[in-house]
Amino acid sequence: MDLARKLAILADAAKYDASCASSGAKRSNGRLGKARGLGDTDGVGICHSYTPDGRCVSLLKLLLTNWCVYDCRFCVNRVTSDTPRARFTVDEVVFLTVEFYKRNYIEGLFLSSGIIQSPDYTMEQLAEVARRLRQDERFFGYVHLKAVPGASGELLEKAGRYADRMSANVELPTDADLKKLAPEKSMKTVDLTMSALRDRLIESKAERKKTRSAPRFMPAGQSTQMVVGASPANDRDILTTATRLYTGQNLKRVYYSAYSPFLGADGDLPAMTPPLIREHRLYQADWLVRFYGFDASELTMPDAPDLSLEHDPKLSWALRHPAFFPVDVNTAPRADLLRVPGFGTRTVGRIMKLRTRRRVREADLRAMRTPMNRAGPFIRVPGGEVIKKTPELLIERFKPSDRQMRLFTRRLAVDQLERPA
Amino acid sequence: MIVVGVSHDFDQWCDHARRLLRRRVPPDAVAWRDADAGGSLFDPGVEDSGTAPAVRLPATFLERARTVACHRDESRWAVLYRLVWRIGVEGDRGLLLDAADPDVRPFEVMHKQVRFDAHKAKAFVRFRKVDDDADGERYLAWHRPEHRVLPLVGPFFARRFGVMRWTIFTPHQSADWDGRSLTYGPGVDRDPMSERDGPNDNMEELWKTYYRNIFNPARIKTGAMLKEMPRRYWSTMPETGIIDELLREAPERVKTMMARQQDENPGAEAFLPPKGHRSLPQLRSAARQCEGCELCDVGTQTVFGEGPKDARLMFVGEQPGDEEDLAGRPFVGPAGRLFDEALAAAGIDRAAVYVTNAVKHFRHEPRGKRRIHMKPTVSQVRACLPWLRSEIEQVRPAIIVALGATAGQALLGRTYRVTQQRGELIDSEQWGAAVLGTIHPSAILRMPDQSTRDQAFEQFVHDLRTAAAAA
Ligand code: SF4
Repeated sequence: MDLARKLAILADAAKYDASCASSGAKRSNGRLGKARGLGDTDGVGICHSYTPDGRCVSLLKLLLTNWCVYDCRFCVNRVTSDTPRARFTVDEVVFLTVEFYKRNYIEGLFLSSGIIQSPDYTMEQLAEVARRLRQDERFFGYVHLKAVPGASGELLEKAGRYADRMSANVELPTDADLKKLAPEKSMKTVDLTMSALRDRLIESKAERKKTRSAPRFMPAGQSTQMVVGASPANDRDILTTATRLYTGQNLKRVYYSAYSPFLGADGDLPAMTPPLIREHRLYQADWLVRFYGFDASELTMPDAPDLSLEHDPKLSWALRHPAFFPVDVNTAPRADLLRVPGFGTRTVGRIMKLRTRRRVREADLRAMRTPMNRAGPFIRVPGGEVIKKTPELLIERFKPSDRQMRLFTRRLAVDQLERPA
Repeated sequence: MIVVGVSHDFDQWCDHARRLLRRRVPPDAVAWRDADAGGSLFDPGVEDSGTAPAVRLPATFLERARTVACHRDESRWAVLYRLVWRIGVEGDRGLLLDAADPDVRPFEVMHKQVRFDAHKAKAFVRFRKVDDDADGERYLAWHRPEHRVLPLVGPFFARRFGVMRWTIFTPHQSADWDGRSLTYGPGVDRDPMSERDGPNDNMEELWKTYYRNIFNPARIKTGAMLKEMPRRYWSTMPETGIIDELLREAPERVKTMMARQQDENPGAEAFLPPKGHRSLPQLRSAARQCEGCELCDVGTQTVFGEGPKDARLMFVGEQPGDEEDLAGRPFVGPAGRLFDEALAAAGIDRAAVYVTNAVKHFRHEPRGKRRIHMKPTVSQVRACLPWLRSEIEQVRPAIIVALGATAGQALLGRTYRVTQQRGELIDSEQWGAAVLGTIHPSAILRMPDQSTRDQAFEQFVHDLRTAAAAA
């Protein structure tokens, strides 16, 4: 099979992987004119292209192979699927990465794989690609490897030495879901793999504090991915699992990928795609937890465990907590400003700065491009109109008719979109 | 009114502004112009007589001003001078915090536009390899930014691609890296590579292949794409050339994805007779009604296994062939005849063994009047497995011989490889028997010459003997 054909099959097979960001790693490559090798990673990733599905291309996202000995029902590469199969050699992946990088097509490589033979055998191959890139090609771009759950500690260690980030995928939000849809996997194995990486990461940070020349380990940390909508798990379950991973396993990112019904139509899988907006809402909720001081448990309620599809999670929270508002733009603490629908972290930062100079007025908020139709009802500004009356009135104001337009005119590219204003 | 020309150079503008400030010339007394021709309209020699103390500006402002200076709008110089005046002379040091201010706003807007454009230059510059000079590889790029962003992004490329030699051309300017230093030169109006002879960089085709396949045709969001990748950048990016095609193909691709994946096989399980009614004759007659997968529509009939109920040896092939389908019996075609020969050579009596297939229907493709054999798909094998399982439960053989890869994988899992494991006796808990995999007799028939055929036949007979001895 020629390289182009393999590339077609193995890029196609990787297209459902949500993790594409390349930020968070710094790998400097010597001084100007004295480069030690090709590329660098300066902490912020670059999206090098965009596809007509609205998503960005920042990494060369590939599977080493889409052969897989497992039979996860939601996965297109499961052993019983009839998808066309291919397998790259280590050399081929290295070649594509280096040559694409040299033409400024990509920021680096995101390499995942089906399980071939055994977790160890697979991990060995993935780690070897990374080793070749770093040692033989002197490549300083971004490398993200899949951590195969169940692979041995030594292999994870080897991979983490060369990779910027690794991800062991939880796949599904609960162990019960895994039992049903991915019988060969278990939460426990994934957890053990994540813990092994976490412990090694902590250890290596401590070593580097002592000796600066100690080798780096996985500098951009670890992430994971969950398929949403293949199982009956609700958003509360999903966010609970995500929180556990952020806090317990020190993960940098949890990616959500909407289950796509084309992937398999086993009798007990849903025949419908969960609305893409659900995936989007989860990203927004995730973002609120990581950057806005929300606790995951605040965003859904035990008796209403799913995020609202109509309103973004911040607006939903606000509508449920009318007593919290209005927030006074000129006196409220930063944490309270962050809870105002329509206020992003940038807006809040600018308000805080401007406040040291003079009182903030409505015109200032408009100049900062704050969506006043959303923020207005929740704030108090000098001389400004505040439409805060009763919860009923607020809910009335944010009725779906008003929402429809916004919802679909908004872009849905994963990495940009996840920021709730 | 003093008219001052600046040739798109921030340092030159700083120079002029400094002199004007030393004379405390207020903003409304100066008109700034882009001096495209080069030289300045402002004669610094004559005017350099100011005595007022120099103004001090916050470093953050200067850094952002340098970015704004790359904007193509001529008004930028005046905006910058007004801000300098208000911050430096009038002493309003927090002015930039005031987003609503009429001078701060255009400054912010231009700053944002240039930043976007510079960021897109880092993202969208596409190098092409040209091996044309004595020193070997060299990379060229042609890019069309909105603003004069090359000085802002040159160092980025020099750092990232420091081990290569390259030149980036834009309409305003070019930047060149020779491996040691970065120099800027004049711009060009058109893609300098369009006139080069010789083949294109062949990585471009692979890149398009990647782009085509990483895109999910089930999710079209061109608005989101255009927002981040406006059309004005498209002409210099190889992958954008196939976007229209991708959009046209998308509905078709979604359909194939669905057809390929939405396999609605109920599987043979649903057609098995109830437990206690699974004798071989009962199974055989139930299998006639099987609609466990789409193959029920294509074959003439279900070809069930045959042989004595107490056979010690069971043979499993792939699926019935053309002749088997018509006869309704397994292994009666050309491969069956070779199989019989091998059995005889190994001293095995066909009447004493049970012979069946992993899939009970004939998968084929009509070609003219002929029916061409097609390998059954993995999901068809899985759908059909309950029949084989029931046969094994009834016969309870000591040894099961898997003929070919399909049977081997049906019995031993997808990781089974005939090439590596043929002739081995593998204990299978699942089947309560030992499984021995070997090649399929039809594979011997397809071999190109007599001597390899003879050799393969020998080996096949040898495997059969191993199985018979173990049974
Ligand atoms: S091939 Fe097997 S499962 Fe499919 S219809 Fe025929 S007997 Fe049933």
